[in-house]
Amino acid sequence: MIITQLKHQCVKFALPKGRFLSSTADLLAGIGLGFDGYSDRAKQYRLRSATFSNLSAKILQEKDIPIQVAVGNYDLGICGADWIEEYLVKYPTGALVKVASLNYGQGSIHAATSAQVGITNLNDLSVRKNDCRIVSEYPNLAEAFALNLRMRKFRIFPVWGAAEAYPPENADLVVLWGIGRAHIAAQGLIPLEKLLPVTAFLVANRESLENKDLSQILTCFDSQLGTEPQTSMEQELDICKDMKILCPSWQAREINLALPDGHQQIPAAQFLKRAGLALQGYSEEVVSRRPAADLDWLGIKVIRPQDMPLQVANGNFDLAITGEDWLLEHLCRFPSSPVKKLFALGFGTVKIVAAVSQEMPVNDIDELRSLVQRSPSVVGAPLKVASEYINIADRYLRDNHINPYRLIPTWGASEAFLPEDADMLIDNTQTGKTLEQHRLKVLDVLFQSSACLIANKDSLASSRKKERIEFLTQKLRGG
Amino acid sequence: MKNQKCKGMQDLLPADMLRFRRVEDTFRSCCHNWGYQEVRTPTLEYLYLFTATGTLTPGMLGKVYSFLDWDGWSGERIVLRPDGTIPVARLYIENLGDQELARLFYVTDIFAFEGTGKENRERWQCGAEFFGGAKFAADVETILLAEEVIRRLGIKNVELRLSHAGLVKALLKEFRLSPAEEAKMTSRILEGDWQALTKVKSARPEIARLMASLLSLKGKSSSFLHNVRASFPKASRDFMSSLKDFIEVTELLDDLGCSYEIDITAIHGFEYYTGICFQFVSSRERIGGGGRYDRLVPLMNGKEVPACGFALYVDHIMKLLPLEKEKRGESGILVKGKVLTPEVVRTCFAVAESLRDAGHAAELSFTGREKSDYRWVISVSGKEPSPFVLRDCVRKRRREVASLAEIIDIIGTK
Repeated sequence: MIITQLKHQCVKFALPKGRFLSSTADLLAGIGLGFDGYSDRAKQYRLRSATFSNLSAKILQEKDIPIQVAVGNYDLGICGADWIEEYLVKYPTGALVKVASLNYGQGSIHAATSAQVGITNLNDLSVRKNDCRIVSEYPNLAEAFALNLRMRKFRIFPVWGAAEAYPPENADLVVLWGIGRAHIAAQGLIPLEKLLPVTAFLVANRESLENKDLSQILTCFDSQLGTEPQTSMEQELDICKDMKILCPSWQAREINLALPDGHQQIPAAQFLKRAGLALQGYSEEVVSRRPAADLDWLGIKVIRPQDMPLQVANGNFDLAITGEDWLLEHLCRFPSSPVKKLFALGFGTVKIVAAVSQEMPVNDIDELRSLVQRSPSVVGAPLKVASEYINIADRYLRDNHINPYRLIPTWGASEAFLPEDADMLIDNTQTGKTLEQHRLKVLDVLFQSSACLIANKDSLASSRKKERIEFLTQKLRGG
Repeated sequence: MKNQKCKGMQDLLPADMLRFRRVEDTFRSCCHNWGYQEVRTPTLEYLYLFTATGTLTPGMLGKVYSFLDWDGWSGERIVLRPDGTIPVARLYIENLGDQELARLFYVTDIFAFEGTGKENRERWQCGAEFFGGAKFAADVETILLAEEVIRRLGIKNVELRLSHAGLVKALLKEFRLSPAEEAKMTSRILEGDWQALTKVKSARPEIARLMASLLSLKGKSSSFLHNVRASFPKASRDFMSSLKDFIEVTELLDDLGCSYEIDITAIHGFEYYTGICFQFVSSRERIGGGGRYDRLVPLMNGKEVPACGFALYVDHIMKLLPLEKEKRGESGILVKGKVLTPEVVRTCFAVAESLRDAGHAAELSFTGREKSDYRWVISVSGKEPSPFVLRDCVRKRRREVASLAEIIDIIGTK
């Protein structure tokens, strides 16, 4: 293969992880823009183009791509239309430009409800006088939807995931991604309206588009542009058939417990088994958002551990198994929150650390502070700090008098941001190996975190719930 | 030096504050003369206060500064006050709802995001609200009060433009659009795009004709509205009743010799208006506006209380006022220490205090670099037998003085 030099400057491309990774890799290979090592098994975040010597790329979480392109860290990016609109609806005057729809990706953003909520169409929402709880991974799109419908009173609950699990008990409305109406219905929800079709999109930074010559790269996309993706009804039904999602059967329970999905699920399931709590639908093989216990008064839901403290504070759950890190993150944001840690469970232990590039001439946080004060040009002022714990990071930086700084919220894998797009990260690490691999060094360990049981203080004080909670916590202490 | 001011915010310097206070003082004095009482609402309110009534457009609500409080885990958002009237209506309902009539006024800042960077994101308003005010007499009261403030401020070439929200809504109904289309059209109109109405295809040509003539003709007296009524006898009952209301207001204004222009487009931004709407324009800039909003209090769970009011836009008005210098010449006194010894400084403080007690403004100086527009300058040397030198800056005289009592005696008590 002949490697050509792009005219003028270097060009940086942000490529998505996750749902669009393999189709994006196929597309790029097909149009002669392939990047070595861009695959599901990618070990490195940084990639070089096989075609153009001064074109580089980084693999990022899809959600991070619109903002990274908008702030100018990348000239071009590929991500779903949902994350682009989520950004644009809040920052319409920003520097993110939609270049073209790519002909892959499927599904739409839907507004949906549950049969028990009592909403059958959008008009019900406009005239509804009661408070409407809307849960979504897309809080900006959800808010725009509520405002355009002129909803009288609403509250938006941004969640990290599992939005479909919230109605009817914990939300009235959910704004979520789904392949089509059947896909939404397969999750036990009633689709009300399609808000936005979701395809992969090529986006660009406005300034790059105005000033840099990106024509050689854009020309490669020529053959792919303009065709609309098609998802047939059959395809959608096929996908739904393969989904092992159990439709929720719901009834009110006296005590509500939230259990974690993701990495925490297996150790949590093993822990509960040791504690003698028999559950159906909470193991490696079965994915159910609502596992059943042999205690008829116990309602269980599986949601993201990041979302649990807020949900417990709201009284949606009495108890939850989450990480101490996420509890502290919540308490930094809401210091008087009625959530309490009962006890640590001894698994899922990680360290929350502050780390910088090995190249940075500092060894601890005090040295970093003087460096930021003395020679801001070395680190770039303000200091850019990437973290998925923005409230913990904010407090840590304030307490350590690091000034000025700017936080870059991430959705995990903050190490991908250093050193080009951030100067420091505040994130969790199990063994420190990943940090080492990315040539980072730890400046400070903020604290150690493991899984813990949290409770709502009002539930603990309630004479109606006290005894049941006592029974359950005794059982879990034995785990 | 690097600009450290937050984007979209403004500093008011001493010269700006002189103009600001002139607007505020004139407004406050006029309001008191008309029997209005001052209130102040908090900067933070719940977001739902502004969504619950359905009275701000989605476009405006999309620009509010909203966030979760430190105890906002329930998801209840709060906002930096984006509007002056709704918080005052809340204050009225919660505290004064038993009063049949309440005339209230306020001076406040409101916050709204503005993306072009050309306008302020924090803007100041002088507003008055009349709760319980019966029909056209109350409408005319608020118009004349606003007009008096503008007149007393000495702003020239001000036009008063009148419209009627009930009339516009009735007219919109005549197009027989679907509810969704009508909501969209209302939003466009409220954001100033009146031309959108002329593009709507109506099955009824007489409605399109009525719309076109209302958009192109500008009446200068109630006769114009009588002519409209005579030209469109088949208009709906809502239209006719709004027109009657409009005519009553304009006839009273005619009788009182208040000149105006009827301009159907003189409604801006807010959906809560139900009756007469008015705007004051000078040098092509809107400097104030208001109207009747009879549905707002009941929509906020208050009683069926009619209301009307207005706001004057301080930032716009200030630009029309001449810059003025702080006038000290007539009464300002400078107490000047010749040397910076503890004894002289102490004496200077004592002299200044006695002068202030006697009702004068007295400024201290120990640097010798003071400005020159004072009425009197007292130099304190501390040297007996004449520790003070008093200079009369108007008569250009200078004399040595032995005591503080003598100084007060010469200058006089205020």
